[in-house]
Amino acid sequence: MVLCAFSIFGIVVLIVWQLVVHSQLAWNKFGLSFFYQVFTDSYTQQKLYWDPVNEHFSALPFIFGTLVSSFLALLMAVPLAVGLAIFLTEMCPTVLRGPLAFLTELLAAIPSVIYGLWAVFVLVPLLREHVNPLLIRWLGWTGLVGNDNPTGLGFLAAGVILAIMILPIISSLTREVMTAVPHSQREAVLALGATRWEMIRMAVLRNARIGIVGAIILGLGRALGETMAVTMVIGNSPEIHRSLLANGSSMASVIANEYAEASADMHLSALTEIGLALFIVTIIVNAIAQLLVWAVTRGTPRSAR
Amino acid sequence: MGVGIEVINLNAWYGSNHTLQDINLNIPANHATALIGPSGCGKSTFVRCINRMHETNPIARVTGTIRIGELDIYENAKPVEIRRRVGMVFQRPNPFPTMSIYDNVAAGLKLNGYSNHRALDEIVEKSLKNSALWDEVKDDLKKKSGASLSGGQQQRLCIARALAVDPEVLLMDEPASALDPVSTSKIEDLIFQLKSQYTIVIVTHNMQQAARVAEKTGFFLNGRMVEFDATHKIFTNPSDKRTEDYITGRFG
Amino acid sequence: MNVETYRTRSIMRALTDRAVTALAILATALVVAPLVAIFIYLVYRGASSLNLAFFTQVPKPVGEPGGGMANAILGSGILLALASSIGVPIGIGGGIYLAEFGRGTKLANAVRFTADVLNGVPSIVMGVAIYALIVNPQKHYSAFSGGVALGIMMIPTVCRTTEEMLLMVPHAVREAALGLGVPNWRSVLSITVKTASPGIITGCMLAFARVAGETAPLIFTALGNQFWSTSLNDPIAALPLQIYVYAISPYDDWHRLAWAGALVLIILIVLAVSLVRFVTSRGVLKGAS
Repeated sequence: MVLCAFSIFGIVVLIVWQLVVHSQLAWNKFGLSFFYQVFTDSYTQQKLYWDPVNEHFSALPFIFGTLVSSFLALLMAVPLAVGLAIFLTEMCPTVLRGPLAFLTELLAAIPSVIYGLWAVFVLVPLLREHVNPLLIRWLGWTGLVGNDNPTGLGFLAAGVILAIMILPIISSLTREVMTAVPHSQREAVLALGATRWEMIRMAVLRNARIGIVGAIILGLGRALGETMAVTMVIGNSPEIHRSLLANGSSMASVIANEYAEASADMHLSALTEIGLALFIVTIIVNAIAQLLVWAVTRGTPRSAR
Repeated sequence: MGVGIEVINLNAWYGSNHTLQDINLNIPANHATALIGPSGCGKSTFVRCINRMHETNPIARVTGTIRIGELDIYENAKPVEIRRRVGMVFQRPNPFPTMSIYDNVAAGLKLNGYSNHRALDEIVEKSLKNSALWDEVKDDLKKKSGASLSGGQQQRLCIARALAVDPEVLLMDEPASALDPVSTSKIEDLIFQLKSQYTIVIVTHNMQQAARVAEKTGFFLNGRMVEFDATHKIFTNPSDKRTEDYITGRFG
Repeated sequence: MNVETYRTRSIMRALTDRAVTALAILATALVVAPLVAIFIYLVYRGASSLNLAFFTQVPKPVGEPGGGMANAILGSGILLALASSIGVPIGIGGGIYLAEFGRGTKLANAVRFTADVLNGVPSIVMGVAIYALIVNPQKHYSAFSGGVALGIMMIPTVCRTTEEMLLMVPHAVREAALGLGVPNWRSVLSITVKTASPGIITGCMLAFARVAGETAPLIFTALGNQFWSTSLNDPIAALPLQIYVYAISPYDDWHRLAWAGALVLIILIVLAVSLVRFVTSRGVLKGAS
């Protein structure tokens, strides 16, 4: 039994060891500059980040793509998820609560590749035909939405599908920490003559805020590492654009796309180093989130939450 | 100043449990009234009907009439409005752990839109003095959180919080049952001082406590009010056999 | 404060309350509507594409209509059998340790924390690690490496659900066993684990359903295969992998197969999630006490 429990640590050691060993080549050649260097194309004199043929490797566009798509996802998902959690814990009629909770649980379990499938055939055409033209007309002046990518793929598509995917996770964890707020706190505020919203704000959100931040960070962790759905809609080009409608690539998607086909040792090593960076970042993000959520729900077994 | 409470034909249900049956009584203004009875007899439900907290539970239901002063609270008033006029102190101290002592007391005032700092300071000080907590906390009003106080202090903080919105009625649901004897006697002293300004209804399972603080006492049993009379009469010469059994300890 | 401002303030407060309620309902609708739409669309497209051939035939070359994913279903079955044989025993063992022997110790807390953090590690990273560990030295892709990757991913999930299910066993049951003079380890194995076994089994089902949909760690371990293959030493097809390849292909016939495959996966997941919910909420465990 103890050995089985220790195997959890073993897995972490194993992953770190393998990733470190196999990213040595890229690390020795580029060092830290791997994460921010910019190359110049010798013919066109344009900026270049990722060119396996000439062994130009920089993780910068993938870090950019991961951050932009995850940030977009949080921007869309957080208000909705918190709203849903408030509705489910404080307002929802008891008959609806079970089915809605079940639905969110179910959606959290649907595999990434299926969300990707849906996004490719429904979301991307929808963005291409209806949403993107409107965005370009209204927000074109900001420079954040360019009209040079007619495919509908890109950062925005990745952000939307990520938002849909992390919504159930953020929402169910937020619900968990909100339910953990003692009933006596709600009564104390109500007895002072508070409206329901004032009760939610003063008793529930205020006491649960650390846990809610934890839930959001956990959602961020999922978004950062989400692979298949993003790979299928982000456009997969190692570039940095100001436009949210442009094609891009994320850390996870470049690994999914190129690893199986990479044959040069340096290429594999560079991809492994991206994997290592992704691993470290998600470990840190998840650890922070877990600590925050535990700070609120500690002591209550999950069955009682 | 406090106002009287008139209860007519009050019935309450909790799911399919008929927890209060045909309660009728008049609670006098500016006095302390104690409600005693074995646990589960409905006395807590009764006080929770007075500020309409009973109905915050989705399976709870109430019929009948309660008048606070002139106001019929189930007829033409909003729960929010009533709860501002009827303060409540709960069995377990429940200060807001994320707020300072000052903010705990000011919470109800801020809901009502008080933003004048001088006025807030004054009311907070007055409420804390009224609840006999001022001397113990005045140095770190805004530094310490409400949860950092001892249990007895927390309960007095909750009383201050209820007093700050200047209610007419103060409901206390076994306010000392979770406290040690010293804190309990402080709370009792407090009730003694406050009852000239507020109408106080206190639920207790401790009969000595009722005898010490209240002018009037009601005895509840199985969802009914068996007897309601002057405290000394209830404890020396009750007119109902069941009341006598209970106060002499021959009960159940 | 005068009466007039107090009254205005009360009205404002009531209006704010209404507005927030409306916003929360709106948020719920905005979340639920697209999610339900996705679900219905998946079922609709999948059901209209699913037929017997899907379960019996292998993929046809591009241009020929028909074909199925029989090889991918078999491949997923082999991968999952291998994964379960790694993930289930180790996960259950770890869970028993956490719930029964190490409860409250620093070590158990550290294991629990690591397991939760490991649950959030991107599956693609697991794929890279297994590639480096197994595929690279062997110089070829294999079903074995894919199964190991999935198996390792099952461990933290199985471990934590086992722990939770064991903690749901009423204290009285443990005491009854100990009261008979049975040593602690025997009471744990024969009484507590047995009582919690329906829960543990459904927990394993859930972990199983989760990894059944995993694609990322298989891309460069199991690789995928257009033909029948049962050898652990060769690349093997897997349902989610096939869905991915077909979804980004330009052929309508392949898209149809992808939808059908997605439906099969979803049915598996709905079953697992419902079962877990049934066991935890209906108190199957309580019936034993």
